[in-house]
Parts: sequence; structure tokens; C-alpha cells
Amino acid sequence: MSDYNFAYLDEQTKRMIRRAILKGLAIPGYQVPFASREMPMPYGWGTGGVQVSAATLTPDDTLRVIDQGADDTTNAVSIRKFFEKTAGVQATEETAQASVIQTRHRIPEEDLREDQILVYQVPIPEPLRFLEPSEVETRKMHSLEEYGLMHVKLYEDIAKHGAIATSYAYPVKVEGRYVMDPSPIPKFDNPKMEMAAIQLFGAGREQRIYALPPYCQVVSLDFEDYPFEASKADHACDMCGATNSYLDEVIMDDAGNRMFVCSDTDFCASRRKAGHMGAQAAAASAALKETAA
Amino acid sequence: MYVAVKGGERAIDNAHAWLAEERRGDLGVAELSVAQIREQLALAVNRVMAEGSLYDPDLAALAIKQARGDMIEAIFLIRAYRTTLPRFGASEPVDTEIMACDRRVSATFKDAPGGQVLGPTFDYTHRLLDFALAAEGEVPDVATSAPRTETTPHITDFLNKEGLIQTEVTAEDVPGDLTREPLELPANRPLRLQALTRGDEGFVLSMAYSTQRGYARNHAFVGELRIGKVPVEMDIPELGFAIDIGEIELTECETVNQFQGSKTEPPQFTRGYGLVFGQSERKAISMALVDRALRWEELGEDNLGAPAQDEEFVLYHADNIQATGFLEHIKLPHYVDFQSELELIRKLRREAMESTAPIQEAAE
Repeated sequence: MSDYNFAYLDEQTKRMIRRAILKGLAIPGYQVPFASREMPMPYGWGTGGVQVSAATLTPDDTLRVIDQGADDTTNAVSIRKFFEKTAGVQATEETAQASVIQTRHRIPEEDLREDQILVYQVPIPEPLRFLEPSEVETRKMHSLEEYGLMHVKLYEDIAKHGAIATSYAYPVKVEGRYVMDPSPIPKFDNPKMEMAAIQLFGAGREQRIYALPPYCQVVSLDFEDYPFEASKADHACDMCGATNSYLDEVIMDDAGNRMFVCSDTDFCASRRKAGHMGAQAAAASAALKETAA
Repeated sequence: MYVAVKGGERAIDNAHAWLAEERRGDLGVAELSVAQIREQLALAVNRVMAEGSLYDPDLAALAIKQARGDMIEAIFLIRAYRTTLPRFGASEPVDTEIMACDRRVSATFKDAPGGQVLGPTFDYTHRLLDFALAAEGEVPDVATSAPRTETTPHITDFLNKEGLIQTEVTAEDVPGDLTREPLELPANRPLRLQALTRGDEGFVLSMAYSTQRGYARNHAFVGELRIGKVPVEMDIPELGFAIDIGEIELTECETVNQFQGSKTEPPQFTRGYGLVFGQSERKAISMALVDRALRWEELGEDNLGAPAQDEEFVLYHADNIQATGFLEHIKLPHYVDFQSELELIRKLRREAMESTAPIQEAAE
């Protein structure tokens, strides 16, 4: 891989991306067009996030890559390997150890710090896209701050379903100006977006970068009488017992029995290491003791 | 007992090993060489070069081999490689008038200077499987003749002399580069042509076909279709003049289309233009038709709401690497967003059933 530059992209390209990132940080929530490159992984696999990470990484960085909250999902493995190979940076599976975290669909449970950067992979950066398919139109709507259509959509949801029927990629308003797509994170994660770390969003195929500087105001859209609710499965983690983490539902057997487990693997593992135990883990350790006795 | 899914890394390594084995196929059958693909699957190589936007038959053949014949995968390999290449300059525009034509046909004039040259075409073959090819295919002797040395003038130039066809204006600006700047709309014609020439052959073909069937019909005649090699010249600053750096094979199609005329201008034919790497005439003709359809505004026509007239629709969906990536990514894990949908739908159903329950009781 020595044929390639540090972190794969050439310096000119990185400079172009960094300019887009800086512009994005200066105008929080605004989608900055950038000349996305073809990466050696397909569009849709996180090429935007990979380009942003490549432009952000320095040789001293420690990188964590998660997909669905986990380090060991195949695409997270693949992206981590890519940077280990092309940038030679230290990789970690622990949130606290990472200086740059590239993520798909989740925000880590642990609070991030000011010296950390969270990079999101974004499929469709335009929050208005499914209301208005034309990019020319949606850019106009953003510049005129014309977000009525979005409120009508949320209202129609309530009229039809009795609740806002958006559970992920739940739209937010940034610093009272731009309506932004938080990428397809569950709405449970939305309140975490007001954080100490820098948040960068890369959409490769759609050629857009946007950003949130630290402590930026991020408000999930709602109505006074139908306030936003960060929901999760009404359950505790069966492995670590956490009641405040986002849970994956796992089907256990043919009868359809299910268990719930933290989607953030680092969060769950460190709680278990500290001695916390969920219902399933407790039952298993009791069974183990019994057979030992 | 649940164990968190581990082993993604090993699964990937194993998948790659299996893929390599499948690529080679039965070891009892001789392996394909890159040179064989380049020479004997030349039209596949051409498509990969055109949509990969890189003129290199050897690399395109290698990509086809590596991709097990999956054309879009091969195009992707070429694109990903192409992005890593340094840019050290731009060539002079190629002059297709001096093309050494292997094929040159006009559907508008029976004969013209340079003549009609059928060339190596499938056009009049009967599509009967040639079982002789399944055995050792000996190539029969082919008649040869000395190549023409004169230039081959463009058919549309003859029409232009009479003022019968709209004159193309030479742009003053250096055209933008689709691969170096983000596409912003409205795009100009150079950008549209760049997008079309690297666009998916199937997509561009279908868009063109839709215009023929009445979705913004533009009455196209193939004024001329030519295929052959042209020299590529590049200005070398140290020398102060342009030198030949090689030659490339191109397919060029110019269509002659109707035009209603307007109050200020007498009726005149209009043009569509297609230019594609290699021998890719289906693509070049398609490109010319779609180019013409996208020019409705410039030529003072009505927007009929046809897909082929919609620049945003065509340009945003023509690229098969973007399309296939986004399409296929839905097979990646989406546990988290699906989980949030599960919870929402359970909640909505619970609420809906609670609110209808008393009515059912009353009915009983």
C-alpha cells in the first residue's frame, strides 16, 4: 500500500475536503457540496465518512470504527482495516481511547469529549428529499428557510397515526437555522447530538459534507402538544442490565423468543467488566455455578 | 445463551478466498489471459473504458477478469484506480475529422466525400449461433485495401454550409470537470456530455429509447456515425508546442434533428452529439439523442415533463457506480434503524388497538 498517500487520498483532495469541513463547521447544518472521489469501496458503504475521516486523521490519531454500534460488523471491520493499511493509525474498540470515531447509524452511549471527532456516514444528506425529490428545489427551500413542508409531513403523521411516524433519521434544526438530517441514527440518539466533540457528516455519493461544532444547539422537530420523545425498547439489556442504552433485539429460537442487548458493544462490555449483569447473564452464571457445585 | 456476534474479520477473509477460487473456476480449464480478454472481448473492454472514464485496454481487460465478467464491477475497479492517478495536464481537443475511420455511415445522405464504410459491424449479421466458434474458430482470409489518407469531413458541415443546421457555439470558458468539482445544477452542456459519456449504457439507451417512443420525441436522424482512431495531442509547456502522445479509438455520433423555427429564426435542423471511448455505437447514438432532449431550453422548446428532458433526473441517475452502490448497500446491516421501526410500529398498533377495543366490546 506504500503506493498510496497517507490515509489513501492525495493531499490536494484532502485539502479540498478540509475546506468543505471548515465551511460546514462555520455554517452548522448547511450541506456543503464537495467533489467526492471514487473510493475503493462502493458508494453506500460509507465513502463519505471514509473521505472525511481520511481528511481528518493524523498519524497520532486513534481510530474507532463502528457500524450499528458494534466494532465487529463486517463493514466496520473492512473500514477499520482500510485505515490500518493506508494510514497505519492505531485502532481501538473503546470509545474513550479513540480520537476519531467513524460511525454508521449510532452515537456511542458514553459521552464524547472535546478532543474527539465523531464522523458519520450519511446515505441521503437532504432531510427534505423524500418530500421533494429535486435537489434544485430543496436547496432553494433551505436558502429561504422554507420548512413548512416538513412540519406538514409531521402533522400528517400525527393525523394518520396519532404520533410522528419517524423513528430514525429524525430531522433536527441546528442553531435555529438549518433543518438537518442526523443520518439514520435512531431518534433515541438525537438528544446526544448536543455534545462536546466535533461532529462531521460525509455523504460521498451525494457529494455533501456538513458539520456540527461542539455544544451546538440541535433541536429535534416537534409540536408543543406532541413533544419529541427519544424512545427505545422498553427493556433492560439482558447482558449488562443497562436501562439507559439503545438495544438490539435478537431472535433466540424458532419459537421467536427474544432478548435485548446493548447495540453499543463497548458500552455493554465495559459494564459487564465492572460487574453489572443483566437477566440472561445472571441466569447463565447461576446455571454455571449449579453445575460446578 | 446469546454470544455477541464476533468473527466479522475472519468471515471477510474467508469470503475473499472463496471468491478468488470461484473466479478461477474449474482448474481443468485453461486460465484466461488479460491479452485474450483485450483482443477477443474488445467490446466489453470498450464499455469498461468508456464508463470507467479511463482509456487503457489492458487495465480494462484486467478489471473484467478480476470482476468475473461483471461489467459494473469492472467499471468500478477502473474508476477507483483512476481517482488515484495524478493529473499532469489536459490534451488538446481531439479532431475527429482526421479520424482513421474503420466505420463511417450516414443515414441522411446516400453518399458523401469519404464514402459509406460499413466496417466491422454486427448490423447485417444474421443472429444465428455460430457453432463453428465452439470448436476451433479459424479466421478466413479477409480482403484488405489501402487506408484512405485524406481527411473525412463531417456530414453536418455540409448542412452547415447552407445554414440548414444550427451552428454550435464554441464555448470561451474551459469546460468544468465532473470528476473534480461537485455537480451543481443547472449544469451546462459540457458537464452533461461528460456525465452521459460515462453514464450507464443501459440507462442512456433507455432514456434515448423513451424519446423515440414519444416522451419528448426529437425526430433524430443519424447524420453520421464514425468509429476509428484519432491522435491525441498535448501541449508541452517546455517545448512550446503540441506533440502526439498516442492515439485512442472513439465512436462519434452526430444526429440531425428537427426544429420548428421561431419568429426570429427560420426553420433549421438542430443537433445532438455523442462521443464515447472505443467502438461503442449503441452508446454514442443513445448519448446523442439524450443530449438533444436535454437541450430543450436552449433551443426554445417546451418542457414536456419527459424524463429525458429532466437534467436533474438524467444526470443524477446515469452513473451506474453510484446507482449500484446505493442500491446494493441496503443489504448491509440496518439492525438499529429497523429496531426503531419495530418499536414504533408496535407502539402505533398498541395505541390503535386500545382505541378500537371499547367499540368492539360495545358491538358484542
